[in-house]
Amino acid sequence: MKEQTEIIEQGNVEEKKKAKYDFKYIANKFGALFGLIILSITLAILSPSFLKIDNLMNIARQSSINALLSIGMLLPILTAGIDLSVGSILAFSIVVTGVVTVMWGMPPVLGIFVCLLVGALAGLLNGLLLTKLRLPHPFISTLGTMNVFRGLALIITGATPIFGFAYVINFTGQANVGFIPVSFILVIVISIIFHIFLTRTATGRYIYAIGGNKEAARLSGIPVDRVLIKVYTLSGLMAGLGGLVLIGRTNAASPIAGLTYELDAIAAVIIGGASFFGGVGTVWGTLIGAMIIAVLRNGLNLLGTSTDIQTVVIGTVIILAVYVDVLRRRSKN
Amino acid sequence: MILELKNISKSFSGVQVLHDINMEVKLGEVHVLLGENGAGKSTIIKIITGAYEKDVGELIWKGLPIEVTKPSDSIDAGIGTIYQELNLIPELSIMENIFLGHEKKTGSKISLLDRTTMKKEAKVLMERLGQNVNPDELVQNLGVGQQQLVEIAKALSLNCELIIMDEPTSSLSEREAEQLLLTIERLREQGMTIIYISHRLEEIKRISDRITILRDGHKIKTVETKSTSIDEMISLMVGRSLDNKFPKIDFKKGKEILSVKNLKLTEDSPQINFTAYQGEILGISGLVGAGRTELARAIFGADPIVSGEVYIEKEKQNIRHPIDAIKAGLAFITEDRKEEGLFLDQSLIFNKTIAMLNKVKKNGLIHPKSQRKVADKYVKDLSIRPNNVNLLTRYLSGGNQQKVVIAKWLFTDARVFIFDEPTRGIDVGAKVEVYNLMNYLIENGAGVIVISSELPEILGISDRILVMSEGKITADLSRNEADQEVIMKAATGG
Repeated sequence: MKEQTEIIEQGNVEEKKKAKYDFKYIANKFGALFGLIILSITLAILSPSFLKIDNLMNIARQSSINALLSIGMLLPILTAGIDLSVGSILAFSIVVTGVVTVMWGMPPVLGIFVCLLVGALAGLLNGLLLTKLRLPHPFISTLGTMNVFRGLALIITGATPIFGFAYVINFTGQANVGFIPVSFILVIVISIIFHIFLTRTATGRYIYAIGGNKEAARLSGIPVDRVLIKVYTLSGLMAGLGGLVLIGRTNAASPIAGLTYELDAIAAVIIGGASFFGGVGTVWGTLIGAMIIAVLRNGLNLLGTSTDIQTVVIGTVIILAVYVDVLRRRSKN
Repeated sequence: MILELKNISKSFSGVQVLHDINMEVKLGEVHVLLGENGAGKSTIIKIITGAYEKDVGELIWKGLPIEVTKPSDSIDAGIGTIYQELNLIPELSIMENIFLGHEKKTGSKISLLDRTTMKKEAKVLMERLGQNVNPDELVQNLGVGQQQLVEIAKALSLNCELIIMDEPTSSLSEREAEQLLLTIERLREQGMTIIYISHRLEEIKRISDRITILRDGHKIKTVETKSTSIDEMISLMVGRSLDNKFPKIDFKKGKEILSVKNLKLTEDSPQINFTAYQGEILGISGLVGAGRTELARAIFGADPIVSGEVYIEKEKQNIRHPIDAIKAGLAFITEDRKEEGLFLDQSLIFNKTIAMLNKVKKNGLIHPKSQRKVADKYVKDLSIRPNNVNLLTRYLSGGNQQKVVIAKWLFTDARVFIFDEPTRGIDVGAKVEVYNLMNYLIENGAGVIVISSELPEILGISDRILVMSEGKITADLSRNEADQEVIMKAATGG
């Protein structure tokens, strides 16, 4: 027994040594952050305007919608699920907000509330479809609602955008505090809330448990269905919140807004190190994933690259990020 | 000498699990690797098969050094492996499974599958193992025992010269295990070399030629099976002599703690009635498939029931879901810890507290420090090794994983513990620790129900034994009344 303890103590010492000196160890632990830093340094060298405050705030603003959607998307992915409907929910929430405030004259403050509520309710529907109808996989239920909500958004607007929102509604997406965009502050606050939610509340831990082993979770007395319903509701809520930011940025609510946003969100979550098979992933990783995408887009813009090429680069980055993760896992074994 | 291991060492994230292992496997022998969970048996096997890479050392295959860095290297060299988990495709036939990945083709230009030849060879291979089967039979229609033989046939079809079997009998019924042991004896007569891992000492004594004993990642000794005894095997393995394989404390029958009345699992299944008392270990014996696990799952609310009542301390419970069961004070240590018990990609702390997070909260939030404190305490109390609470449970050995599962349930303050095959696949030392834990539980007034397919175990630890057959309870025996014969008779419905 004593021998055993010695071995383990020795192990701990070795681990500490590793933490200090081993570049590979650090790179492993902060993989995505490393990627972001290296990317930023490269861009700073290639383009002198990259590090200017204006440009950095631009990135912060551009990344905020995807960051919000990604943090929402992280939850279903942690449970080994997916939410394909967030782009459509975003569009649906903003056009409903447009209808009730711009057309019906509802007070703008209530409009904000409506935007979030519609998102959350749409998400709730996803959760109910998954757990009550026992559809085999959320890929299917959210693929369905993705089409349904997009269609509804087009129907209620007659396929034309709604303009002319009040400043109160535009505030989140438009305003700055000093030189920092409000939307970016919102992202940071939401990240902190979700981080605490995922690491320090029972529901948060249950999300990891369900993604790690659904049957063991059920047998451990975890209310699996209730947790899944919360997960999809929150994902919908974040789509509503992303929508609110989008209204502010464009001063419009278009029924075709948010097309393919779900894919950017999935990309951010995966680049941020979450496992597609559930149970592994963090808010900070996801946030960095969203930043990497925004920095890449911004940098390629500064370098005068066409959007077509940007798409190719981002696709490549997704594959690279997952490959790095695969390598990391392999070296662990 | 067909295989030699020279100075093999291996460590995982800084913890050394193998220390300078040297061993030799002779051509045509059955060589057993024996050791407690975590002793390093599986690690050695995985290094031989290429699932892990060794840190230092050398493998010598038929006199020449060989580099094995991936599983296909060992397969190409002629080493076949039968894992605990079967790697067959249920929807395919015996023949298709045997030749999966190395199908026989007709002609050279148009390469169609040569089903006639494959069928013939599959039949011959299965006959070599004493099986007269139709090669077109789907694997899903076979029992676990026969499926294992298909795995062996697959290895033989690759012309392997060494077969490694990692605890092949642990998931088999007594009869299937017997069939496998006969097959191993047959293969040895045919000149095959076999490396065999098992915790069942009687079967090791029966089939092996030599035994290499490992402890804490060190090789202790290689002994001739003929010149050793089961007692010596145990003492070499645990480093001390284990006087009592089944520690038993005095039984004082207390109050009724769990009572099951008229429980029907399906429309046409028989009604089940039984009562468990404080202070006793109630064993449930029976053949595999007698309905014991189904009964436990029904009581725990894991599967729906048709009718019936469950009482805990004479209070009627309405259990529809495991949540209700946990609230009522039930704990269910499932048969399959990896599939139903553990969160493998999470730490010990996570696994330990997930079923009762309310107890580690402070101001409404989970408090990492208290979480860590309870985890530390249980690691110490249950001597879980290695004693690193942040280690993912994936990296723990079977016995230690089982202790983590038990720790999870101890933390829920349950009053009735149902253990389903609690010692499957774990070593003698860890088994005794599990039994001691059960004793601790009954001493503290909990009810303990143990489902086990191992007769010596059920006879050794139970105060009272229920025997099930075809979904019915066919006998209720006191410790004094029970012996192997009586139980087997009740279990087979005689």
